[in-house]
Amino acid sequence: MPSVKLPRKSTDTDMTPFVDVAFLILSFFMLATKFKPPEPVEITTPGSVNSQKLPENNAVMIIVDSSNRVFFSVLSEKDKSKFDAIIQDVNSSQSLGLSNAEMANYRQTFAVGVPFGNLKQLLGLDTKSQEVLKVPGIPVLDSANNQLFWWVAAAKKAFAGEKLNYLIKGDAKSKYPTFEAVISALKRNDEFKYNLVTALDDVPNNSELDLYNRKNLK
Amino acid sequence: MSSIDTGGGDSVHKKGPGVKKAKKLSTRVDMTPMVDLGFLLITFFIFTTTMTTPTTLDLNMPKDIKDLKDQTEAKESGVLSIMLGKADQVYYYEGKLVVDATGNNFKSTTFKGIRDMIIKKKKEVMSRHVHDETCAKTQERAKAKGDPDWEKACDDRDFIVIIKPAADATYKNTVDILDEMTINQVRTYAMVKILPDEVALIKKTEETAGIK
Repeated sequence: MPSVKLPRKSTDTDMTPFVDVAFLILSFFMLATKFKPPEPVEITTPGSVNSQKLPENNAVMIIVDSSNRVFFSVLSEKDKSKFDAIIQDVNSSQSLGLSNAEMANYRQTFAVGVPFGNLKQLLGLDTKSQEVLKVPGIPVLDSANNQLFWWVAAAKKAFAGEKLNYLIKGDAKSKYPTFEAVISALKRNDEFKYNLVTALDDVPNNSELDLYNRKNLK
Repeated sequence: MSSIDTGGGDSVHKKGPGVKKAKKLSTRVDMTPMVDLGFLLITFFIFTTTMTTPTTLDLNMPKDIKDLKDQTEAKESGVLSIMLGKADQVYYYEGKLVVDATGNNFKSTTFKGIRDMIIKKKKEVMSRHVHDETCAKTQERAKAKGDPDWEKACDDRDFIVIIKPAADATYKNTVDILDEMTINQVRTYAMVKILPDEVALIKKTEETAGIK
């Protein structure tokens, strides 16, 4: 019986299209990636339906983490001299006696989460050691000693004549009294407009906002 | 036409004796290392990328008013007070808090239920709305702001939501309830300090319901 000869097929597959797609995806991610700025603590922001973009410059960001610690940071990429103005103001208003080198170090410090008493220690460290340092957060809950007030006042002075945004980035698990204390520190500085940092949520179907958007945003 | 000599035309080019045929090298390149590296980079970028761009929710707070007569008065029938308690519980009452022997108008619900309550209350208040001369001003202001629904701007003017988060409420609850205001297009709302009576009622309700 004549045996049927099966044609031998090569096991080599042409990988070119596969590689093409892989590199396409690679280039997409490379271009779309924006590296996270360093943060002292991990924050999970709650969601909201607002789609307004976050201002990235000329802003004060107050961070409240999941264990209700408060951090103060200034976003000013363009004009680094604001950092100097703020720390000098805080130094003189609280008479902390910081050295010039410590004040210069404030530029590299992303967020301050210590009471005034520990500020000298924090600024004496380099950025790496600051990250590992266990910080207690800025005291806010005692209304007689709401130290955030002084930080906001210093920032307000440094940014005088410019628009300054107040961002509040709170962790979903943080408690309301801390948030209220943060608001009261801002209120005492006569600032009444804030931006709460949130993640984008979908608008619920057929809610009034949904109907409004459908009607007016065509 | 010119073409690349692939060296395949042996029949045309007769080589003389002693002319060694050059060894044909394959033009194929092993792409495996390149692909390996490619995928390594893809994984790296996927992990480091942050796709969710943060957004912001505007919050405007009023100035603290010391003098009682400077306060804005609200129509009692159009007010819905919402309190936030622990364990994502929501408490509310309409109008004034009434506590007497027959019970009270203090009710508890969840975040799911509060939306229906807001919608119901808003409809109810809007159905009672009567047009008067002050409405024209409100409509004009809305029109100047570019509100496409300016004609309706006055209809819900009596509807006011008062938000009172208790000490046990989380920040997420606060943002969620503010978000609920946007979702249901509540024009007038305020966030104020919770009253001791309300705290006591929340505590009592939590004890009976066994909420920890």
